[in-house]
Amino acid sequence: MSNTGRIIHITVYRFDPDQDSKPYPATYEVDASHCRGVMLLDALEYIKSHLDETLSFRRSCNEGVCGSDGMNINGKNGLACITPLASLPDKVTLRSLPSFPIIRDLIVDMTRFYKQYERADPYLQNTGDAPAKERLQSPEERSKLDGLYECILCACCTSACPSYWWNPDKFMGPAALLWVARFLADSRDNYENERLEALQDAFSLYRCRSVMNCADVCPKGLNPAKAIADVRHRMLDEST
Amino acid sequence: MTIVNETYDVIIVGGGGAGQRAALETASSGANVALISKVFPTRSHTVSAQGGINAALGNIDKGDSWECHMFDTIRGSDYLGDQDSIEYMCSQASRTVIELEHMGMPFSRNEDGTIYQRAFGGQTLDFGKGGQAHRTCPAADRTGHAMLHTLFQQNVKAKTRFFHEWFAIDLLKSGPQKVSGILAMCLETGELRVFHAKAVVLATGGAGRIYASTTNAYSCTGDGLGMVYRAGFPLQDMEMWQFHPTGVAGVGCLITEGARGEGGILRNSEGERYMERYAPIQKDLACRDVVSRSSALEMKAGRGCGPRGDYMHLDLTHLPQETLQERLPGISDLARTFANVDVSKEPIPVVPTCHYMMGGIPTNKYGQVLTQDKLGKDTFVEGLYAAGECACVSVHGANRLGANSLLEIVVFGRAVGHHINDHIGDIAHEKNAEFDASLEKALGRVGFWRQGGGGESIDEVIQDMKKIMQEDFGVFRDGKNMQEGLAKLDVVRRRLAHASISDKSLAFNTRLVSAFELENMMAVAYTTAMAALARKESRGAHSRVDFPDRDDKNWHKHSLAFEGDRASTRAVNMQPNHVDPFPLQEREH
Repeated sequence: MSNTGRIIHITVYRFDPDQDSKPYPATYEVDASHCRGVMLLDALEYIKSHLDETLSFRRSCNEGVCGSDGMNINGKNGLACITPLASLPDKVTLRSLPSFPIIRDLIVDMTRFYKQYERADPYLQNTGDAPAKERLQSPEERSKLDGLYECILCACCTSACPSYWWNPDKFMGPAALLWVARFLADSRDNYENERLEALQDAFSLYRCRSVMNCADVCPKGLNPAKAIADVRHRMLDEST
Repeated sequence: MTIVNETYDVIIVGGGGAGQRAALETASSGANVALISKVFPTRSHTVSAQGGINAALGNIDKGDSWECHMFDTIRGSDYLGDQDSIEYMCSQASRTVIELEHMGMPFSRNEDGTIYQRAFGGQTLDFGKGGQAHRTCPAADRTGHAMLHTLFQQNVKAKTRFFHEWFAIDLLKSGPQKVSGILAMCLETGELRVFHAKAVVLATGGAGRIYASTTNAYSCTGDGLGMVYRAGFPLQDMEMWQFHPTGVAGVGCLITEGARGEGGILRNSEGERYMERYAPIQKDLACRDVVSRSSALEMKAGRGCGPRGDYMHLDLTHLPQETLQERLPGISDLARTFANVDVSKEPIPVVPTCHYMMGGIPTNKYGQVLTQDKLGKDTFVEGLYAAGECACVSVHGANRLGANSLLEIVVFGRAVGHHINDHIGDIAHEKNAEFDASLEKALGRVGFWRQGGGGESIDEVIQDMKKIMQEDFGVFRDGKNMQEGLAKLDVVRRRLAHASISDKSLAFNTRLVSAFELENMMAVAYTTAMAALARKESRGAHSRVDFPDRDDKNWHKHSLAFEGDRASTRAVNMQPNHVDPFPLQEREH
């Protein structure tokens, strides 16, 4: 859809803790051709510059690698900076990431999400002595990290996961589990047993019900559900 | 409002590669360290770096050496880089890459399991005589992401104390040349807090947002530079801005030089590989200043592409599918998303785009911030360090080589930490009348925006500043335009003193942050304009139509710019410690 002269009505669920008891919708009329770029983030920047400077959202890289501007766009989580206006209908509704506490407007509190990430022990662990040069890794071994290491911690997946909605303190959620899978898959890491041991309870890993929302919304095209299934297979291999 | 005071040994401002590496180093000594970042650390702009990190590992070119890397860096800098700092960086490069690999960074690999190395611009073997070098170590084309996450993971492991989404407002001084803390604001609650520290490390990154068209993130607003400038300390070589030849036209986002390193070719509207004419030896992998100027000249000569002739073509259509998938997957995505281009079938529209600030806060090779006494002699600012893009150490001089920035941030982040560990015992916490006065001044700035009203919107000011920088201080510069540009910028700068914001909320006030950022950007823009007008020669990225030649006799020196529009200069270091100095030469391309 061309953006020339196109009017888009963008409804944002607004909330300022200083003034509001709950979020309320506010609608802005944006002429897409007046925006500086072709993405949804450009329309939000336009609103902030020209219509209402109190509208609050996070953003930084503007190219889908920093993971700041995750939000719910017409019911589906995504990054505003790589969502083309042309891919959206003339009426757009924006909410903050579902199930996360709202700080203000589209800005959510991600503390719990980061805590779950830390539970993944997201760092390489190797008990051996480090060699003087690089640890060798064949291209085939390295390729096992593809589809895992590219996560940008935007939380689009975890916020879309029903299992996480119900147990955000106990179920680690797809993003954190993707990081578990990333280190399990690394030929240079030899903490597989400890990593799997930490997932033995009924919630951390096993609350995944393969709903697949995570893979459906990931703006980087990653598949956390598949990564979780792979971790489960490793658990089975361990126990047999 | 009562203000909470907290005391640390070390406060690091900035959560990119330099800040995080400095945090790891200082925390390892048992010092009490906190890292303050206006974004969650993995959202820092390091994440956007694509192509790689330079180190003469010799995995592809067996005869490569750090001395060759040093020579290329000095030559690439058009001899404005400090040779002692460049020597240090290049000699530390291999151990730095190995250290990152041991931390878990997912580098791309060769068949024998060693780290893959690709060709990058301005890199040669045998001191310019041995042809193209393969020295750049990538993680596909997502090297910055891989590095930043790896460093963050190590900080998670080390349980580093983070204050993320806190904005550093100003340095707090306890003497004319002593820094003893900072004032910062919690974005979530609006709370102001004083952080006392024996050492403050600025690792606040670049400031490309002063230009209308830039590859830089929204967050690149020169915050550390503004803090230093307001504290009365100088900024160095601010006229030196790198324009990357391959920003996506109309959008700005970066297409890595690695695309040309893997065989990509720049073409004009006639399909000609024009870099063969401008740089017969290095062609598409000449230094970025050379390639950007060549593209600008082609467009001027009417050989630009598209209906308005205002971009060039980056052609990757001849590259094998495996190369695109394995080595350049990220830019294939970016080109599809932002330019609607399938890189295997069509060229990418690209244009020289503001990318990197070679100038910044002057430091020595230990990261100690430098100022000048009345006689023009270098002196230290006690308790203040800087590393990474915000610093001017200066390893890039007048033009940075691709993949030297990721190297710089880790090498000097570590060096700063090292120096602090060795000297923290000699530094005392200081809180005196001067400290209180500098706190009052900083609080006054907060009050100006929080209480003020009725003035012009900051948006108009931002847009006018960017437009002036883009039009008058771009790839090609000339005295008359810059004179006019500086006068216009002075008017815009004065308007900022009467602007206001209408958002008065304490909760996550991004407008207030933008106002602080604009003040920082204005300091960067104004010093850039002043220094660019003053330097009457062409060197590296600073290319003057009215002074087309390099003038070593008068201008082989760093420029300094102080608050109050005062200017000075510093000598370029030509004394490496372990090898002979590299004498001034003409650059060949």
